[in-house]
Amino acid sequence: MNLLNDPIHFIAQWLQGLLTGWGLSLVLAKVILALISITVTILFAMALAIFLVWVERKVVARFQDRIGPNRIGPYGLFQPLADIIKLIGKEDITPALADKFVYNLAPVLALASVILLWAILPLAPNIYGVDLNVAVLYLVAAGALGTLSIIMAGWASNNKYALLGAFRTVANMISYEIPMVLVLLIPTLLAGTMSVKGITEAQSPTWFFFLSPLGALIFLISAVAELGRSPFDLSEAESEIVAGFHIEYTGMKFGLFYAGELLHAFTFGGFTAVLFFGGYRFFGLENLGPLVAAAIFLVKAMFGYWIIMWIKYTMPRIRIDHMLAFNWKFLTPLALTVLMVTAVMEKLLAGTSPWIYSLGLFLANLAIALATIEILHAFGKWQRKTEASTKPALQAGQYYEEQNP
Amino acid sequence: MTPVQIVFILCAVLILGSALMVVSTRKLIHAALWLIVTLFGVAILYAILEAGFLAVVQVAVYIGAIAILFIFAVMLTRRELRDKSPQLRKNWGAAALLGLLAFAGLAFLVTSQPGVGRTAAAMPDGLDTVQALGKSLVSPQAYLLPFEVVSVLLLAALIGAVYIAFTRKS
Repeated sequence: MNLLNDPIHFIAQWLQGLLTGWGLSLVLAKVILALISITVTILFAMALAIFLVWVERKVVARFQDRIGPNRIGPYGLFQPLADIIKLIGKEDITPALADKFVYNLAPVLALASVILLWAILPLAPNIYGVDLNVAVLYLVAAGALGTLSIIMAGWASNNKYALLGAFRTVANMISYEIPMVLVLLIPTLLAGTMSVKGITEAQSPTWFFFLSPLGALIFLISAVAELGRSPFDLSEAESEIVAGFHIEYTGMKFGLFYAGELLHAFTFGGFTAVLFFGGYRFFGLENLGPLVAAAIFLVKAMFGYWIIMWIKYTMPRIRIDHMLAFNWKFLTPLALTVLMVTAVMEKLLAGTSPWIYSLGLFLANLAIALATIEILHAFGKWQRKTEASTKPALQAGQYYEEQNP
Repeated sequence: MTPVQIVFILCAVLILGSALMVVSTRKLIHAALWLIVTLFGVAILYAILEAGFLAVVQVAVYIGAIAILFIFAVMLTRRELRDKSPQLRKNWGAAALLGLLAFAGLAFLVTSQPGVGRTAAAMPDGLDTVQALGKSLVSPQAYLLPFEVVSVLLLAALIGAVYIAFTRKS
């Protein structure tokens, strides 16, 4: 065991030796080590969030045909630091009649629910927080805490817009949790384990993306909805409710929500990478060392994050009834179908050669996708036909006259 | 005292304290939030007992669904979110006595069981509790029948909810 092959355990062993050398008992040394490792994980995630502010601003600028921050530091890299100084300098306002304790707790909980996820993300075969055997469910549970933080923020602000935003977010998050949980079962049943490390290891011949492209797509859509990003950003629809649940927050408290959102998006990029794109594996390159594996993982996570940003800055916001109908009438049935077909095909093809296995699952997904498109096409045609036959096209001003005879 | 014991004591204080706040606070939303703290504390207890599945499901189901439903119900149904009625009835003394007696009886029953106070044997290495749980839920020798009955019950509840919410086209 040396520093390059197993850096975390090497440092941990060294620190433990140091602490016990000072006369501390082994148990106490282990507790101190655990606290240190938790702090380091949190600091890593927070430092990453600072960097992500720059990435987000630079990428959105490119999507909108601008240059983005480029004044402070090389390529504007130190812009987030200037932002932080500005945020800290802002006046810290608590609205009158706000529920002070809950109001101040909400941004902390919002960021904590994201950082909790970093406990289970495997950066490399031997760089991870814990290897939980219920990691996939843990992802769902941490999301529940995020929902809670938003409803707390919306309620404690004592502001109607904030409360409306919170209601919208919770409706959004609770409904999109269902297709997400359903597709989370697909990597679970393909790998035969809920541990994210086990799922990563199980994608050795083919990534799960090729075995279940529809599953990956549904996961991405429901992840975007869970993040509350465009096109599902009804919770902060500027044209309707100003800023939604974080309308009253100023300075660094708003900064916590903002950093939490960016880190959440990146973390979901990481989970897309782990669950469907092989995590830290890349054609045997991960065997070069844990640092190479961690770099591969971060690049894949960044790719997922980039797709989420791409969606955010390209799609317009959708209406709330469309959002709910899309989830309940389209995404949930599709997720159920994909899950059932994957389960049956997986059992049928178990024991065949990897090529047939992969190809069979891929073709099954392709068949579902084609059938879905056909059904949607036929349904749209039928709807247009019935609408055309029941009521004639409205003339200009006709609707107004009908309503006001 | 081992670290696990310290965590247990802190956690027990958290659970009892927040449970007391649930019934004693006058703001209904605060009661719901304290209830969430209680439920989270129970999840920590499960985690200490190495029942990871239960711990995570406790958070996902109780905090993620039921507690949020509570908050919604309180917000949508009550105009006044503050309870003004007296918190104690006049026969609270008798109730407290009865509660204490029940607690003493239960405590006596539990401590008279053989094996109380012994440390549990460590779990064998490589035992996947989630896998064992999953297998026992679908094995006919174990809990297949109750599992299926509960599934049917939930399905019936789901169909009932759809029926109630369904608006007929006149």
